[in-house]
Amino acid sequence: MKVTARPELNYGDFAFSEEREAQAQKILARYPEGREASAIIPFLDLAQRENGGWLSKEAIDYVAMRTGSASIRVYEVASFYTMFYLEPVGKHVVQVCRTTPCWLRGADALTDAAKQKLGIGLGETSEDGNFTLIEVECLGACCNAPMVQINDDFYEDLTPERMGEILDDLAAGKEVAAGPQSGRRYSEPEGGPQTLLHMASEA
Amino acid sequence: MSDITVKVDGVEVAVPAGSNVLQACEAAGVEVPRFCYHDRLSVAGNCRMCLVQLENERGMAPKPAASCATPVAPGLMIHTKTEAVQKARKGVMEFLLINHPLDCPICDQGGECDLQDQAMAYGMDRTRYQENKRAVTEKYMGPIVKTIMTRCIQCTRCVRFATEVAGVEEIGLVQRGEHAEISTLEKAINSELSGNLIDVCPVGALTSRPYAFHARPWELRKTPSVDVFDAVGSNIRIDTRGKEVLRVQPRLHEDVNEEWLADKARYAVDGLKRQRLDRPYVREDGKLRPASWDEALGLVLDKLKSTQADKIGAIVGDQVEAESMFALGSLMNGLGVKNLDCRQDGAKVGGGERGAYLFNTGIAGLEEADAILLVGTNPRWEAPLINARMRKRFLKGGLTVMGIGQPHDLTYEVDWLGDSPALLSAMPQEALDVLKAAKNPVVILGGDALTRNDGAEIAHAAFQLLKLADGLRDDWNGFNVLHTAASRVAGLDMGFVPGEGAQDTAAMIAGGVDLLYLLAADEVDTSALSDTFVVYQGHHGDRGAHAADVILPGAAYTEKNGTYVSTEGRVQFGRLAVFPPGDAREDWTIIRALAGQLGVDLGFDSLIELRQKMIEAVPSLAVADTLPVESLTSVGIAGLIDGQALSAAIDNYYMTDPISRASKTMAECSQVFGTSEAEKATGTHG
Repeated sequence: MKVTARPELNYGDFAFSEEREAQAQKILARYPEGREASAIIPFLDLAQRENGGWLSKEAIDYVAMRTGSASIRVYEVASFYTMFYLEPVGKHVVQVCRTTPCWLRGADALTDAAKQKLGIGLGETSEDGNFTLIEVECLGACCNAPMVQINDDFYEDLTPERMGEILDDLAAGKEVAAGPQSGRRYSEPEGGPQTLLHMASEA
Repeated sequence: MSDITVKVDGVEVAVPAGSNVLQACEAAGVEVPRFCYHDRLSVAGNCRMCLVQLENERGMAPKPAASCATPVAPGLMIHTKTEAVQKARKGVMEFLLINHPLDCPICDQGGECDLQDQAMAYGMDRTRYQENKRAVTEKYMGPIVKTIMTRCIQCTRCVRFATEVAGVEEIGLVQRGEHAEISTLEKAINSELSGNLIDVCPVGALTSRPYAFHARPWELRKTPSVDVFDAVGSNIRIDTRGKEVLRVQPRLHEDVNEEWLADKARYAVDGLKRQRLDRPYVREDGKLRPASWDEALGLVLDKLKSTQADKIGAIVGDQVEAESMFALGSLMNGLGVKNLDCRQDGAKVGGGERGAYLFNTGIAGLEEADAILLVGTNPRWEAPLINARMRKRFLKGGLTVMGIGQPHDLTYEVDWLGDSPALLSAMPQEALDVLKAAKNPVVILGGDALTRNDGAEIAHAAFQLLKLADGLRDDWNGFNVLHTAASRVAGLDMGFVPGEGAQDTAAMIAGGVDLLYLLAADEVDTSALSDTFVVYQGHHGDRGAHAADVILPGAAYTEKNGTYVSTEGRVQFGRLAVFPPGDAREDWTIIRALAGQLGVDLGFDSLIELRQKMIEAVPSLAVADTLPVESLTSVGIAGLIDGQALSAAIDNYYMTDPISRASKTMAECSQVFGTSEAEKATGTHG
C-alpha cells in the first residue's frame, strides 16, 4: 500500500530476464502480501546481475517499483551495503580481504601483485573493462588466509605469484578452479590431517 | 491505558503504559538532552544523547540506556543525575563534535541550536581529536531549504519528518558509517511542509535559504500572530527587526497547526517588501499618479456622494481582518448600500446557519474520524496542515478516505470515486456502505465544489449524504466546509453578503455597479470594470490596484491588529508586528476617515470601540480561540446537480494572493514545483 507521495520512478526498459523473473517470484513468495519491501536486498542482487555487475539509477528504480518502495529507500539500502556497486565495474571484481588474519598472512602482497598485474589502483577498473580491484573487510575464510573473492568465488591460500596467474587466466577467458590454491582440501590443516590420526587409521 | 509508576531520580511519577523513559523524565520535570528524539516523530535512538541509568529490583543496569528507545516498566528507577550518566553524555557529545565544524559564528542556527545549547552543558572546552574533520558536499533541496551538510549529525529527524508527517519519501540517509549523508538525490523536496524540516533539524545543517545570513535570533522582535494565507488559522510568530519582517515561525497550537507551518505562510513574507502601496494614487488620463490622502479621499467622497446607493458595491479580499470588514460594512450600511460580498470566488455559502459554512468537526476532531469523503477539494494545497492532520489520522489505521473531484496525490491513500458531483446523490454502493458503517463519518466540501453555480445544491446533497450515514449527532458533526480565505468565515459571520435583491461579486464585476470598493480584493476578474469607478484599498499593487481609479494604501496582516476567524470558526487575533510602510494606514482608520467626512456615524473612534461594536453585532466574535459547537439542520438548497466535472480551484499553491504573488521565494518555488506541469521537472534548474 502506497502511503506517501513519491517522485515518479524512471526505470526505462530495465526488466529481469525470464530466468531471474522466476527467481524473483520465488523470493516474493517468501514474504506476506504488503511486505514486498522485504525483498529489496535479494532484488537488488538480481538487478545487479541483470545490469552487468552494478546498479544503475534505472535498476534501483526498477527494484523500487517491484517492491512498492520509494526510490530513496532502495537507494539507501544499495548505498549501505558494500557489495552493491553504484558505478560500473569490470567483468571480474577482485575483492582482496585485508582484515587481520589475511593481512598477517600477506594480503598486502596480494594487493600489490594485483595492482602491478592489472596496472590499476584500488577502487579502479582496468582499461579493457575486465577487472575492478577493491579491498574489503573479512570475508569469513580466515582458515585459508590470505584470500580474495572474484565475483562469486573465493580463491584461497594465495601467494602473490598464484594471484598473478589467476588474473592472467581470467583475462585469457580461462576457467580457474575456485577454492584453496595450495592443493589442500577445504580448510584442512596444511600438509594433510594432523589430529585424530589414530581414529582415521582405525576406520 | 493504565498508568505505570516509575521513579525518576527518586521522585515517583505515573505515566501511561507504553511511554518511554524519556517521557517519564519529562513528566517528572527532568530535562533530558536529545537530538534525534522528537515527540511527533518515530523513535530512531541513534544520537545516544539521552542516555540515563536504569535500575530495577535486580540492581543497576550495567550499561546506560537510551531513554527515548526504552519503554517504562513498573518499578523502574531512572537515574539522570549520576556521575556515570553525566560522563556518558559528555562522551556522546565529544563524539558528535568530532566531525561537527566549529563554525557557530557564521552558522544561521547559532543562538537557536540544540547542539550549541547542549554543548554548553555537556561539551568539553577543548578537543582531543587531532585528525581532519570530515567534510560533506552540500545538497540541493530546493528554493526553501539550504543545506550545509558538514554540520549534519545524522539524527535523521528530517528523514522521519518527510516520510511520516509530510508524507513525501524523498529524503534518505545514504552510505554508511563515516560516509553517511542525508540526501534527496539532488531533487527539491516537493512538499508544502518542507519549511518544517528546518525547524526539526537540531543543528545548522538544514537552514532557511530565504533567511540565510539575514539576522541573529536575539536581534529579532517576536510578535505572536495568526496566519492568513489559508483559512486554517495557523498560529505564527512574526520575527521582525526594525520595520522589516524577516521570517515567520510556527507557534504551538495542538488543535490547529500542532507545531508545523505551511511553506506559504513561512516564506511568502518577502512579498511584504515588494510591490507595496505606500501612498495614495489617483488615475489621471488613464495613468495612476501619486496623490495626497486629502486628494484621494476627496475623490472617493465625491464619487460616494454622487452615486446612487444601489449603484455602489463593495467586495472584500481573502486576507482582510474582521475589523476593517466590519467598518466597511457599517459604512456601506450607513449609505444604504446592499451590494456587499466577501466571497470573491463566488462560493455559494453563507446566509443560513453558522454551522453550514464551518469546518464543524474541527482540525483536531479529524483524528476521531473513520471515513472521510472529500468533495471538490485538494486539501494538500488548500490547507496543507489539515491535510497533514488527515495523514496523521490515516497512518493510525482504520480510516478510509474517498474523494469526488480531480484526483490529487494527497500523500495518503484516497479512493477517487469520480469527478462528477452528481455522484453525491448516486453514490456507488460500496462507498455508501463505507460511510454508513463508519462511526464518525466526515464530509469535507472544498472550493472546487462550492464555487460552482450549483454549489448550494452540492452542499445540500453532501449534507443529506452525511445525515444518511448518521454523521450528524449530538456528539459528532461531520459536516465540514474547507475555506481557503482567512477572511471568509468572519465575513459570513457578520453578514457581509448581498442584501435582498442586491448584487453579488459576479454581478458587480460584470459592471453592475458604478462605484466598486475593493477592500484588498485581488482575486476578481477586473476586465469588465472599465466603466466602473474602482476604489482599491489594499497593500499590494496587484490585480485590484491595476484596475483602480483611486488607490488607498492599507496595511498587510503583519501591520495591523485584527481578528480572524478560521475555517473551524475559531476566533484568533493577529497582532501588529511592524507599521505599514510610507503613508499607508491601518485599514479601519481609512474607512473611519471616509465615514467621518460623509457624516456617517459608525459609532466608534478607536479599535477598542470598533471591537465592542463588532462583538455587539456579531457575538460569536467574542469567544476567542474556541472550537464553536453549532447546531445544524439544513445546508444549501435541494436541487439538481450538474453532471459537469469538478475543476481544480488552485492551480499553483505558491501563488494565491497578492503577498505570495509578490514574493520572490514563492516565484522560485512555483518555478521548481508549483504548477502541475512543473512538478515533472527535475528541479535542478532552481
